[in-house]
Amino acid sequence: MRFRAKIVDLGCLNHFTRVSNTISKLAKTCTLRLSPDKLYFILSDKVANGGVSMWCELGQGNFFDEFQMEGVAADHNEIYLELTPENLSRALKTAQNAKTVKIKLTNKHCPCLTVAVELPSLSSSSRIVTHDIPVGVIPRKLWTDFREPTVPDFDVSIYLPVLKTMKSVVERMKNISNHVVIEANLKGEMNLKIETDLVCITTHFKDLGNPPWASEDASQDRDSENMAEARIDIKKLLQFLAGQQVNPTKALCNIVHNRIVHFILLHEDVSLQYFIPALS
Amino acid sequence: MPLSTQDEDGNDQYILVASLDNVRNLSNILKAIHFRDHAACFATTNGIKVTVENAKCLQANAFIQAGIFQEFIVQEESVTFRINLTVLLDCLTIFGSTPLPGTSTALRMCYRGYGYPLTLFLEEGGVVTVCKINTQEPEDTLDFDFCSTNVINKIILQSEGLREAFAELDMTSEVLQITMSPEKPYFRLSTFGNSGSSHLDYPKDSDLMEAFHCNQTQTNRYKISLLKPSTKALALSCKVSIRTDNRGFLSLQYMIKNEDGQICFVEYYCCPDEDVSDSEP
Repeated sequence: MRFRAKIVDLGCLNHFTRVSNTISKLAKTCTLRLSPDKLYFILSDKVANGGVSMWCELGQGNFFDEFQMEGVAADHNEIYLELTPENLSRALKTAQNAKTVKIKLTNKHCPCLTVAVELPSLSSSSRIVTHDIPVGVIPRKLWTDFREPTVPDFDVSIYLPVLKTMKSVVERMKNISNHVVIEANLKGEMNLKIETDLVCITTHFKDLGNPPWASEDASQDRDSENMAEARIDIKKLLQFLAGQQVNPTKALCNIVHNRIVHFILLHEDVSLQYFIPALS
Repeated sequence: MPLSTQDEDGNDQYILVASLDNVRNLSNILKAIHFRDHAACFATTNGIKVTVENAKCLQANAFIQAGIFQEFIVQEESVTFRINLTVLLDCLTIFGSTPLPGTSTALRMCYRGYGYPLTLFLEEGGVVTVCKINTQEPEDTLDFDFCSTNVINKIILQSEGLREAFAELDMTSEVLQITMSPEKPYFRLSTFGNSGSSHLDYPKDSDLMEAFHCNQTQTNRYKISLLKPSTKALALSCKVSIRTDNRGFLSLQYMIKNEDGQICFVEYYCCPDEDVSDSEP
């Protein structure tokens, strides 16, 4: 099992840092899956913890100038590591103006992801900061726990409004209620609703647009004005909205009525999926 | 105007309707008196007064005159209700309290009368939020009976002169002692904390002093915990008028300029902590 990768380009480094920061906001621990083409950050939370799951996928070619790996076996050319993303973020914080960043899998006392940051230096000798991030190697028999979550047939798929607006609305709503109802239809309308003894608040977004597959796939027999809704934990939703730093070019959500809300953020070669189950 | 489409039934059924192009002109003023969860609202054709009280010793009033609103209709002589101010402020700032440059949140506020919720329609960039905040039985507010004819001493200061002093108040002191006098030290703020006493004097001819009308030396103490919330108003204001009456009651009036250059007032009344009546005959 081997892994080493190198980032030289500052733009790539910043982008990778943003992805890593996003992951650290969304998950305390996650699984890092390495394959020859792609990196995955995976969170599959137990139902007891709210059952939120996350799937973030990035093409290595867009970030790394060098990327060499050798998986556990030739026919299973992958590596699964358990990682505290906060540690990776912290290591990358020191790499803001780095000339190069090397990330490799090492074995020092315990398996580590070693991040070696070469900083610009005025003298001829280089300055290198090294972070050893302890990781757990996940044995092959457990890999099946980290399969890409399947999306149940959704009732409505819709593009999200400006995330900053949505975030401020959800932030205020969180002060008042623990749950929020998110509902949307195939006419490009989405509402966020809370209801307590003190106050009822509904925020109406319109003209959001539905992705083309929404009308093909989901529901031929569905009335386009009919709302699909799910009541979800408002903290999980805010965590997602406040945590994301990927500046997505496309953001959308799929709602399975009363079951689950599935968010997808796309930015070039990064995709981030986030699943929040509905509360009964 | 997208908000007007919300208003299917017309204004007739509402006893209070108020519209505002920039909700911050209301929310900022209300933040200046937000030190308790509940507030009493009184609306007349002149405008809205919102009152918050603490411990029967402190009262804060925010006045938003009718002219601040683009539309302001009151159908009855006066409209009174009690409301959860924390929730109201969360609703008013639902699109964020620091808007993107060039955008502002428009507000339309309607109230049908006793037993009905206060309904807010907020709009920013085509997104509309509707809030229905339950109103509560109005409670009597304190009458401080602070009458300008009984005012003994009055000082008008530029707020920046007081801001620093209030920001650095020794919070280990239980009281703030205010001395106002036609003679030295003219205007003195004193605290008596764990690490000693401190006195801050303002000379009468200071540039910060806009007006100085002191007739008699008065020294009164006020609970610092009660006065501390007034820093919120002080932070927003450009001028402050400090007055005391013959009973030692304190009135702090803050003049606040909103983003459109209009003037609003917030006032705080506070009872003296104890009678240090050394007012010379």
